[in-house]
Amino acid sequence: MNRVIFGLAMLLVIASPSHADWTMNLTRGVTDISREIYDLHMVIFWICVVIGVLVFGVMLWSVVYHRKSRGAKAHNFHESLLVEIAWTVVPFIILIAMAVPATATLIKMYDNTEADLDIQVTGYQWKWRYQYLAEDIDFFSSLSTPREQINNTQEKSPDYLLEVDNPLVIPVGKKVRFLLTANDVIHSWWVPEFAVKKDAIPGFINEAWVIVDKPGVYRGQCAELCGKDHGFMPIVVEVKSQADYEQWLAEFKKADELKAQAAEKSWNLADLMATGEQVYNKACLACHQANGEGVPSIFPALKNSPVALGDAALHIDVVLNGAPGTAMQAFKDQLSAVELAAVITYERNAWGNKTGDIVTPAQIAELKK
Amino acid sequence: MDSSAATTHHGPASGLRRWLYTTNHKDIGTLYLWFSFVMFMTGGCMALLIRAELFQPGLQLIQPEFFNQMTTMHGLIMVFGAVMPAFVGLANWMIPMMVGAPDMALPRMNNWSFWILPFAFSMMLSTLFMEGGAPNFGWTFYAPLSTTYAPPSVTFFIFAVHMMGISSIMGAINIIATILNLRAPGMNMMKLPLFVWTWLITAFLLIAVMPVLAGVVTMMLMDIHFGTSFFNAAGGGDPVLFQHVFWFFGHPEVYIMILPAFGIVSEIIPTFARKKLFGYPSMVYATASIAFLSFIVWAHHMFTVGMPLVGEVFFMFATMLIAVPTGVKVFNWVATMFRGSMTFETPMLFALAFVVLFTIGGFSGLMLAIAPADFQYHDTYFVVAHFHYVLVPGAVFAIMAGAYYWLPKWCGNYYDETMGKVHFWCSFIGVNITFFPMHFIGLAGMPRRIPDYALQFADFNAVATVGAFIFGFSQLIFLYNVIYCIRKGRKASDEVWEGSHGLEWTLPSPAPYHSFSEAPQIK
Repeated sequence: MNRVIFGLAMLLVIASPSHADWTMNLTRGVTDISREIYDLHMVIFWICVVIGVLVFGVMLWSVVYHRKSRGAKAHNFHESLLVEIAWTVVPFIILIAMAVPATATLIKMYDNTEADLDIQVTGYQWKWRYQYLAEDIDFFSSLSTPREQINNTQEKSPDYLLEVDNPLVIPVGKKVRFLLTANDVIHSWWVPEFAVKKDAIPGFINEAWVIVDKPGVYRGQCAELCGKDHGFMPIVVEVKSQADYEQWLAEFKKADELKAQAAEKSWNLADLMATGEQVYNKACLACHQANGEGVPSIFPALKNSPVALGDAALHIDVVLNGAPGTAMQAFKDQLSAVELAAVITYERNAWGNKTGDIVTPAQIAELKK
Repeated sequence: MDSSAATTHHGPASGLRRWLYTTNHKDIGTLYLWFSFVMFMTGGCMALLIRAELFQPGLQLIQPEFFNQMTTMHGLIMVFGAVMPAFVGLANWMIPMMVGAPDMALPRMNNWSFWILPFAFSMMLSTLFMEGGAPNFGWTFYAPLSTTYAPPSVTFFIFAVHMMGISSIMGAINIIATILNLRAPGMNMMKLPLFVWTWLITAFLLIAVMPVLAGVVTMMLMDIHFGTSFFNAAGGGDPVLFQHVFWFFGHPEVYIMILPAFGIVSEIIPTFARKKLFGYPSMVYATASIAFLSFIVWAHHMFTVGMPLVGEVFFMFATMLIAVPTGVKVFNWVATMFRGSMTFETPMLFALAFVVLFTIGGFSGLMLAIAPADFQYHDTYFVVAHFHYVLVPGAVFAIMAGAYYWLPKWCGNYYDETMGKVHFWCSFIGVNITFFPMHFIGLAGMPRRIPDYALQFADFNAVATVGAFIFGFSQLIFLYNVIYCIRKGRKASDEVWEGSHGLEWTLPSPAPYHSFSEAPQIK
């Protein structure tokens, strides 16, 4: 027996990576609402504990003292209207006492008015898109944990599966309103420290808001099953002071301009192929697979496919505008002209698809207008 | 053939035909119970595969696509294949014997209700071998993931669900007809054993909501193959409509899986406490109240879809209200034990564990009812912990308790008590090691239905996996014990248990193939 316990204990030790911890409770979070929710959670928890101790206490008492082996004789009472009424009414009163503060918090959560900043959040299979409605800012945010870590060939980083390429950036102390929707299936945008979890539903716009007290990096995940890579679309929010936020805005816009300029320079096949492979791994690999063979019956192959080998115009159209009614998204807004040109060129020349075609960034930039 | 000779010598046919053609409630009950056990093992293997993948962070054994197929199939099989047929099996065996009827009211339909199921589940399991894989959208199959974005096998899934629904509805009709029409003279409604009462109410729930499930899968079928847009926003439809219709079925469905368990436990506790059930009428009214409330709480599964404030508040209040009748039931069970004369045979152990662990599931349910807090709990492992507490040590433990309780009556032999206790303690410990840590990882922020997770969730996930394997493998003890009981257990007396009460215990053990051919008189 001891050896079994020791064996199990060893298994647990082996299973524990260095960054693991034994967090057991809800986060208090960094907003007024999240703290109110935490308090509600603790109140209802303690109510349950008290009721549990009473009920299980009486039960345990009976199990210990009213057992036949102790010579207990069964009494024959089996009804009491008074007792039945008492244990109907008392819980009812406790519930009302609980419902009042819960409703008050709910009303606050639903106050979506007077936001300082509006951000549209769109769920895509399996990434998030953030559009700042007052600014000309629009970008996608997807998982940046390398595949090697997921497949256990590389050591896992501390923020394993909770890190993204482009985090959402918001200012501290401002009321930020999120307008949530989705492009394909239902997703759910959840950051535990904000106590914001709202479904992103195609064709609908949901609202949620947050005022964060403290600058910092906050991490969350998609909370609604959205297909194969549901576990791989984290959310990272960087909350910055107003000055830092403005600086970020300026830098972001500058970087955007540089990207536009890049489309104007001329690109050769080798450069496009190199960039294209990176883009492919980021944006296409989840469905079409590293070898371009897709997944039978679900995600079509690109290797030897009529689209990748046929007319380039059709290929460009599918990548830019997607294929309605299927999982193929429109990548027009997701990727820059250079990235689009590179990835299409890559798909037409990789895995033995030797068309030799070059799709130029300039060509795509024209279509994107 | 001489007709009197035919009745006296009428026994089961031999071989396979006995089981294929049977209209005998005991045979059909047995078929249901074995079928449910096979499904329990099948769904259990899928659960173990899921837990094995989640033992450590990173992808080790299976890929996300297959992981999603496993979570989906595990849920569907456990709900429709294991828990529901097990209750129907118990109902088939026990209801006629408890109300003093010779058989179910509609014996031929009874045969059909059962024999649909193996085909339905063969079809559903066959999707695992289809190109594109099995359904991968969760047992709740939210549109449009289950329509526009579904694998081609979804059509087979829809057909299988239709067949399961037809089977359930026919089973429910049969149970209602039996209880309302075939009671022995003098057995008025307020003398019905509580297991019969809870099943009567469950049967009405089934008839009310299985057609809703059939409706929602038919709408999916139309969207997928006939160009309609019930759930497709681009065509003017509404993905949230799917969830409303689904949960209008789904919430009563979860009570369908727990009310008969209440009934079983209400039979067992008085027997082993040697004391009449406390508050019989309030138990009946509480069951009926829970059934009624189950129809007006469905949207608490959807607190985060963006309902209007009044909707949130209404569903929060209605859901909290369920705690009242549920509390009444728990208090009554405890009052039954109080000042009784208790012994702790295996059925009683399972029943006691049911009361404690189901109540823990009820507590987390009450926490989930608090809508603002639900924004944090929703779709996390906290929810997984909650519904596994009410379904595994809840429904499944009650089924185990019922099986041990009535096995001596069914086969005329006792099961092995020591083995039964070992099975109980392994299950009890295993279940808690599996599901208790899920509360913690849920609160710490781990979403459900993910094949891989961030590092801070690693320790409790490893613990849960160890527990799952303990629980899973200890069910083999149960299997062995049942076979032992059938083959060579100690001979059981007619009353089986010292404190047993009710008509079924007046019959010989094992219960004869035809019982109560003449109705007993109820005092």
